[in-house]
Amino acid sequence: MSALALAIIILLPGIVGVAFTLSGDRMPRAVVPIALGVATITAALAVAVAFARPEIRFPFIAGAPAGLAVDGLAAFILPTVSIVTLLVLIFAAAEGVRAASRFHGLMLIFASAVAITVTSTTLPTLLFAWEIMGAASWALVGFAWREDSRVSAGLTAFITTRTGDLGLYLAAGAAIVGGSGLAFADLPDAATPWRNVIAAGILVAALGKAAQLPFSWWLSRAMAGPSPVSALLHSAAMVAMGGYLLLRVAPLLEATGWASTVTAWVGAITALALGAVAVAQRDLKQLLAASTSAQLGFVVLAAGVGSVSGGMTFLMAHAATKALLFLAAGAWLTALGTKRLSALRGVARRWPIVGVTFTVGILSLAGLAPLSLWAAKDELLAGALEISPALYIVGLAGAALSAAYSGKALFIVWRRVPADSETGYDTEQSGTRHVAGWTALPLVTLAVAAAVLGILALPPLAGSVGRILGGPSSAVPGILELAGSAVLVLAVLALVFWKGAPEPRWALNWLGLEQLTEALVLTPTVALSRALARFDDEILDRSIMISAQGVARGARSLTRFDTKGVDGTVEGLATQSRRLGRLARRPQTGKVHQYYAQITIVIGVLFILILVVR
Amino acid sequence: MLSLILFLPLLGCLVLAALPRISDAAARWSWLAITLLDLALVVVVWIGYRDPGKNALAFEERIDWIPNVGSSYRLGVDGISLPLVALTSLTFVACAIFALKERTRPKAQAALFLFLQTASLGVFLSQDLILFFVFFDLSIVGMYFVIAGWGHGEATRSALKFFLYTFLGSLALLVGFIGLYLGSSPRTFDMVELAKNPPFRDNPLVGGLILAAVFIGLAIKTPTFPFHTWLPSAHTDAPAVGSVVLAAILLKMGTYGFVRIAMPLLPDAWRQWAWLILVIGIISVLYGALVALAQTNLKRMIAYTSVNHMGYVIVAIGAAGVISTSAEQARDVAIAGAVVQMVSHGLITGALFLLAGVLWNRREDYGITAYGGLAGVAPRFSGLFVVAGFASLGLPGFSGFIAEFQVFTGSIGSVPWSAIALPGILITAAMFLLAMQKMLLGKTRGLSTGLRDLDATEVLAIAPLLILSVVIGVFPRLLLDVIEPAAAAVSTLVSR
Repeated sequence: MSALALAIIILLPGIVGVAFTLSGDRMPRAVVPIALGVATITAALAVAVAFARPEIRFPFIAGAPAGLAVDGLAAFILPTVSIVTLLVLIFAAAEGVRAASRFHGLMLIFASAVAITVTSTTLPTLLFAWEIMGAASWALVGFAWREDSRVSAGLTAFITTRTGDLGLYLAAGAAIVGGSGLAFADLPDAATPWRNVIAAGILVAALGKAAQLPFSWWLSRAMAGPSPVSALLHSAAMVAMGGYLLLRVAPLLEATGWASTVTAWVGAITALALGAVAVAQRDLKQLLAASTSAQLGFVVLAAGVGSVSGGMTFLMAHAATKALLFLAAGAWLTALGTKRLSALRGVARRWPIVGVTFTVGILSLAGLAPLSLWAAKDELLAGALEISPALYIVGLAGAALSAAYSGKALFIVWRRVPADSETGYDTEQSGTRHVAGWTALPLVTLAVAAAVLGILALPPLAGSVGRILGGPSSAVPGILELAGSAVLVLAVLALVFWKGAPEPRWALNWLGLEQLTEALVLTPTVALSRALARFDDEILDRSIMISAQGVARGARSLTRFDTKGVDGTVEGLATQSRRLGRLARRPQTGKVHQYYAQITIVIGVLFILILVVR
Repeated sequence: MLSLILFLPLLGCLVLAALPRISDAAARWSWLAITLLDLALVVVVWIGYRDPGKNALAFEERIDWIPNVGSSYRLGVDGISLPLVALTSLTFVACAIFALKERTRPKAQAALFLFLQTASLGVFLSQDLILFFVFFDLSIVGMYFVIAGWGHGEATRSALKFFLYTFLGSLALLVGFIGLYLGSSPRTFDMVELAKNPPFRDNPLVGGLILAAVFIGLAIKTPTFPFHTWLPSAHTDAPAVGSVVLAAILLKMGTYGFVRIAMPLLPDAWRQWAWLILVIGIISVLYGALVALAQTNLKRMIAYTSVNHMGYVIVAIGAAGVISTSAEQARDVAIAGAVVQMVSHGLITGALFLLAGVLWNRREDYGITAYGGLAGVAPRFSGLFVVAGFASLGLPGFSGFIAEFQVFTGSIGSVPWSAIALPGILITAAMFLLAMQKMLLGKTRGLSTGLRDLDATEVLAIAPLLILSVVIGVFPRLLLDVIEPAAAAVSTLVSR
């Protein structure tokens, strides 16, 4: 029964989504109600299966069955993602989208793929959904397909994340050689060195999806997509799935010895570097995107240090927080036609509901006590402290940067509205100067979640997530650490309020990662492909054509030899024979006296011959 | 039953040829009817098919043919040939539907394609080397006339290039077959007998030479690097339905030959040279993908993706031959993946070439950049192209993913350095997305302006191929239940 519920969670949005996407805009009125209905059913069932914990296994390829299950990890994240999906769709419906059928269709396909990703217990099922998420993100980021730059952004997102996905193919192959089978639970048992290959492959795939270094830049480009898309893909779902996957395979990372250390450090450094990038941004969505990379860095760090429950709590808190912030940014973008921070001065005063909920979200992002990300971050940092003080300090520095960029955005939107505010609007699109009333529902819901989800990491509930997840209990932050980080955040906020945030130029351009990728990967690949294409036409094909022509030439000279040589000889022989024949006919005149004369001559010649020979 | 499936199209061909006064419409529709009937018969066989076990065939038929050289008319199917027989029948139905609007000599075209269908089916049904070779050559002859008679551009030249090149390949193949015959005892051309008792087991030199002849013959047909250069020109100048048959069916004859003939009949030589075959496969994958990326002509681009996609097959069967390092499970998975890839590539590339044909019918231009923003004027065309493109780049949910996942897990599982081929799927993805972006998205421009969208006939020809690809992609067991036992049998034959 509960397995049926899980199947519905996956199949219903999948099938409806495909139908919507293919149908075009044939039923414009029905699309939104149906999509919301599907999302509601899915969300309700997601909550239900979180308790029922169904498991499905089915045959896939020889000797490697595929499986889906709601285990402890999925029990937390599946409802989170489903509810965020529903709220985002409500927001989109409230604002109204063009090409509603395609939009909702793609969002539902995406939701279905996320549900599979979350519940996968084996590599093939994960990879299946993982790449569909990527393709859906291509279509959603490039949703406004008439604009080339947006389509290119989708392409960047898909190709960059697929680069990481190659790691999953590699991991699957290595799992077969390593003899562990393709189930996540069995991967740590793979024989060395294959266990290392598996871990490395999964790590690369997860880092790509989670927009960690060095892949982060695709997320910047992906901001060309509609805001509701960012609110789902770049907060709760796709990017978060990278972190989620690492939490799921934390035992494997641990088993290799090195992979968990690498993971932790990549996460910590991303939190720090992309935090700096976020501080430098002048565009609200770019700031939020960089902060997504940075915040996911904390989740990756958590996976590296084995603080699965801390990472889990953080992932949920971040999903609510960041979805909220992207939706608020989207509401302003729709209303004012801009996402430039300089043009958003005082915008919170103009639409108080959006302003207040945005404030809750951005303060949670800052890590302000007692909002959700504060407690969650401290829990995972406590895990880091157990492993290495250096990691803890880098993480703490990342936390300080969170406060800095959050403060930057917060203080801008609450400034006094400048008199010439209109001049800064409509840079992206023409704004409606209106925020739809129904957008309040998702905004307020998410704000409440962003505020309170942290209680999962605080007494008396502290440790409950870990107990539900099972496995070893992870570190719990002490009072000193909680208070210390709270003070740190307040201090940074005060500093930013007082002095303003620095805008390091080197960080504005996302560390130049895009240019670096272009120079190191794209340009050489394109040059190689052109060179090979020329080689193919001008050398390979031509050499075969030339040798074919050589054969033809050879054939022609053979023909010449044949006509003049062989045939000529034969013809010549024939001619000579004919001449001999004519010659032989001449004596045969039919006249008896001539025959006698010939005989006389022949006898005479014979007589002389005999005389001579003797 | 198999003989009926095999000769029904030929019968249709003869009837069409014998009735010169039949109208064009009647010829087109009777062509479609015959292909549909043939497909229905194949479906019946599929439903009745039970795995015959190792070294055995289902629906077997055998009549003595040339007994003094041990050659018989022997037909049969197993889990490797049956999917390809089904693919052949389906592809010809799609061609018949697409050609319902053909204006150039429709009667002759119908007859020729029916002839070509028998030749193609014969290759996959034959269980005797001579019979195989006869059908193999007839298919080349048929395709020559398709390109020369209905092609465009430098059709005669391309047709001749195609014919001479692939015919050269088939001569190499014949040399190999005669070698196999001479090495067998008792002497026979029977594939099943030869597989039971493979020749040259204790003579690696001769075995290797025979394999070289067979390999070159099949590699030209597949085609693998460096024998592929006939393919782009043949495709570019072939009519749409010709390209479909060429890509979906004729290329498979090469890869099918590897699995059916080269691997089980020359197991020792195959194992000895498997690393080289793997290397050729890896080069084909990467080279095909990279050269495809640089193409500006849609058909040439798809042609080079065929080199890439067939490269996966070669990678898989090469890796499956490297016994020393591999696990049995990995080898089975790799060979099954190779067979799935054949079916998958046939479906997807068939659809892509039909779509390219639509552009030619409308605008006589394959230039990718000549179009732009097609999605605005031709949403059905663009939708199907996007679906076909994603299917071809191996997106999960389509058959290509099932194939490539098996090929890679199986190959890496057998020979870890097969992973060098992995970037192939990345380059193909970039290539298709770029092509879609240039042709379909952005503002409507160039030749796109006013382009008529697909009509019902065209959708009916193209969509079923893609739907089947989705069905395999979502329910792979439907196909794998047939393929896997046969793939495992080949795996044991090659590793004995």
